[in-house]
Amino acid sequence: MNRLDVLRGPHPAVDHTARTIAALAANPGCDRRAVFDAAGVDKRAIARHLGHPAPFGQSVFAITRARAFERLVKADGCAELLRLLRELFGRDVGEVGYVDVAETEGSGREARHARTRELLRDAARAAADGRPAGVLVDHPLLRLDAGGTEVYLEPDVIALQAGGRFHVIAIKSFAIIDGQAEPAQVAAAARQAAVYVHALRALLAAEGADPALVAHDVVLVCPKDFANTPTATFVDVRQQLAVLARQLARLTRIDRILDRLPPDLTFDLRPGPDGAPTRPAADLARAVRQVPARFAPECLSTCDMAYFCRAEAREREATDMLGRAVRDALGGLATIPEVLGLAEGAREPAEDEAEIADRLRLVHRFYAEALGAAAREVAVA
Amino acid sequence: MSVLAAYARARAVREGRAQPIATVRHLHLSPRPMVFIPLRLAGEAAAPLGAMLGTDPAEPRLLVVPQPRDRDQRFAFVAELAAIMLPYIEGYARDVETVEAKTPYERSRDAPQLLVPNPRGIAFTRLLGRSCRFRRADGPYPVHPSVPVLGQWLTFLADRADFPGSSLLVAMTEALAAHWATGQSRVEDGNLAALVGWIAPPDGMTGPEAAAAAEDMVWSPPAGPDTAPEFDAEVLAPAIRTYEATGSAAAVRDAVHSQLEPTWQVMWRAVELLRGLPEARSVPARWERDRAEFTREAIRIAEGGLPRGRHDSAVGAAVRLSAMERAQQAFEAQRALDDPMVMVEHRLEGRAFAGEVVAVELDRKIVPPGRTRAVNRPLVTVATADPVRLAPGDVLVSPARPRQHCEVVEVRHGAVVLQVNDGMGRGARPAPGSVPEVGEAVCYADLAPGDGPAFPFPSREETPWTHGGPPAEYVPTDEDAMEDWS
Repeated sequence: MNRLDVLRGPHPAVDHTARTIAALAANPGCDRRAVFDAAGVDKRAIARHLGHPAPFGQSVFAITRARAFERLVKADGCAELLRLLRELFGRDVGEVGYVDVAETEGSGREARHARTRELLRDAARAAADGRPAGVLVDHPLLRLDAGGTEVYLEPDVIALQAGGRFHVIAIKSFAIIDGQAEPAQVAAAARQAAVYVHALRALLAAEGADPALVAHDVVLVCPKDFANTPTATFVDVRQQLAVLARQLARLTRIDRILDRLPPDLTFDLRPGPDGAPTRPAADLARAVRQVPARFAPECLSTCDMAYFCRAEAREREATDMLGRAVRDALGGLATIPEVLGLAEGAREPAEDEAEIADRLRLVHRFYAEALGAAAREVAVA
Repeated sequence: MSVLAAYARARAVREGRAQPIATVRHLHLSPRPMVFIPLRLAGEAAAPLGAMLGTDPAEPRLLVVPQPRDRDQRFAFVAELAAIMLPYIEGYARDVETVEAKTPYERSRDAPQLLVPNPRGIAFTRLLGRSCRFRRADGPYPVHPSVPVLGQWLTFLADRADFPGSSLLVAMTEALAAHWATGQSRVEDGNLAALVGWIAPPDGMTGPEAAAAAEDMVWSPPAGPDTAPEFDAEVLAPAIRTYEATGSAAAVRDAVHSQLEPTWQVMWRAVELLRGLPEARSVPARWERDRAEFTREAIRIAEGGLPRGRHDSAVGAAVRLSAMERAQQAFEAQRALDDPMVMVEHRLEGRAFAGEVVAVELDRKIVPPGRTRAVNRPLVTVATADPVRLAPGDVLVSPARPRQHCEVVEVRHGAVVLQVNDGMGRGARPAPGSVPEVGEAVCYADLAPGDGPAFPFPSREETPWTHGGPPAEYVPTDEDAMEDWS
């Protein structure tokens, strides 16, 4: 049995998505997430059993609206999408074919991925020869190597337009109002789209085509103003691509993390006949703790394990739980007792802590002075 | 994150309670603020689901949209909202005083203050304003006449919220986080109930325990504008279905009330906490500015002024940005001069220092370059243990004498020599008390209040060609008024 299968236990593997890759790349130092994702462990189920369920999720209303909007954009062989693209590219796009990869025979992931490759390779060749090659690929399936695991990814649509460039198209249901959308949502969409661009470039390179055929401008399709009418705009994801490439390269090879773990380690929940976990939570927690995590408050909105990891960081009184900016301002000191010990002079600074220790002692003195001054003013008043 | 705030967070962890990072209140707090807690339907840009609002903690007003996807119900909601908010806002606009100036102008004696739970509440207020201000009471899709008026007011308030130091529309989490450091991260401080839990935990609870309770969404629903996904699935969706089937809005009403009421309590608790802090010295001056801007907008709207366009013109945007930068600079300087705790940040950077006056040369006179008469320029030597990073020629101000400018003459180890340049009266000798005396505890800082003349931007008609030339005058169109809201 494969090592990753042992870790996962008898549960079906949970797939990676562009969102999980983006989250992983956002915290490349977290071994726990890397192992869980590589093994396809159901983080949500684990966190729930550990007593730290992550409260996030999407509202039924948001899901309904997102589906309805995507249906609208993709109706009749992406007719509306095509109209938007013609408008956006601002010149004759020419004949554009439409292929739905979801309708591939033998609908397994392998077959869908192979079909996607074939379509994109042909389109790339046609474009290179100057033949008309406009095509919209619906439900494509890409593949990406993330830290030693093969990951399947499903972008909304990929378009090759007459200019001979591939564009990743992201259909999102948040509104663009007077040309502006919520920055956090645009950023999340851009990070996700960058994963697709990266995977698409890798695919073309593997097929011997020029990866630069994939544009770094992705097309974002959103509702316009307060209505349901879609509008399309370019989003430049060069920066997100650079970050992603760097983080993916930094992802510790999963084998190297696995080598450090006990060979019989498993996150098996031991489901009983009714499917409910029978493994004692304390035992599972011990297993999870074997894989070090790197908690940051940003995890709370992206990772199912975050609340468990936060509880762990709190037990250790780690400065991590206050956020990276705080930790940096505290000179990278790992724990709160260290910080306060240095500030109050109760702890001798190590050689490389001399500078931050001086600063903390100064902060400690100034803080007490300012509080004292305020107390005196109140006394006078 | 400054090292002071980071240190205060570390202390908060150990103490199990938030620690002060301000000793005075840096925002204006109205004696009669209006708390406004809007909710929207998840996944929609600005589809109101309901709101709780009012000026009396004992009498919250509840507004509910039983079917948030229904356009007519949305406008009915906005009209109801206007019926509560407009009398509150317009009441202040009627009570004005005349300000004696070169060109005398009118300024209201007081102004409205809207308190929302968090920055996303401000963003929602802005969107609600945007979706209403172009509407018309006549034409193909008429709305109640109060709808576009409220749209203009919400747009104005959201716009003022971008100006540092303005208190017309305030996000409560930001206001609290500016005065207290918790033992959690900024991300978690975005949860109003958790933040209040850290600052003032209920009896028998520690800060972290209160915050943990506040994170339980069943016990403590989110402060909006988004509702909890579980609530949407298990309570709201069935309630809306009941409304659709029976026409009875009672279930939706109860559901929305259950999500708003806890936040209503927390908001007023937060108001109390802020009231507990003494007001900072420069708050009235900043509020005066808010009152003047408020009155200007009231007059503009009363005279039938057009709603603000969808996009700013080039000149308008540049003027606004410049005004915001000046407000930011002034606010930073005033906060430090008002509050020894904020001053600590500048002392840590070496741009300010505190100490004791050890020598004064009161009768020193010099003849400044280009002048013929000798003038008073006393020297003051301050002994300090602070890490000073100032150089001769730097001009400093002091919290004790904010209008007086002192020039650094010399920085020695453990002492700074200053020359007092102004603020000594017109007499032959410096006015008594205008120059610090030996033994006085003083603080000096390199802070510019940013009250110099504004940058002379060209008028709208003189917009240079680099910025597209003079823009066409914006006139709202029928299309704007009829815009879809689905």
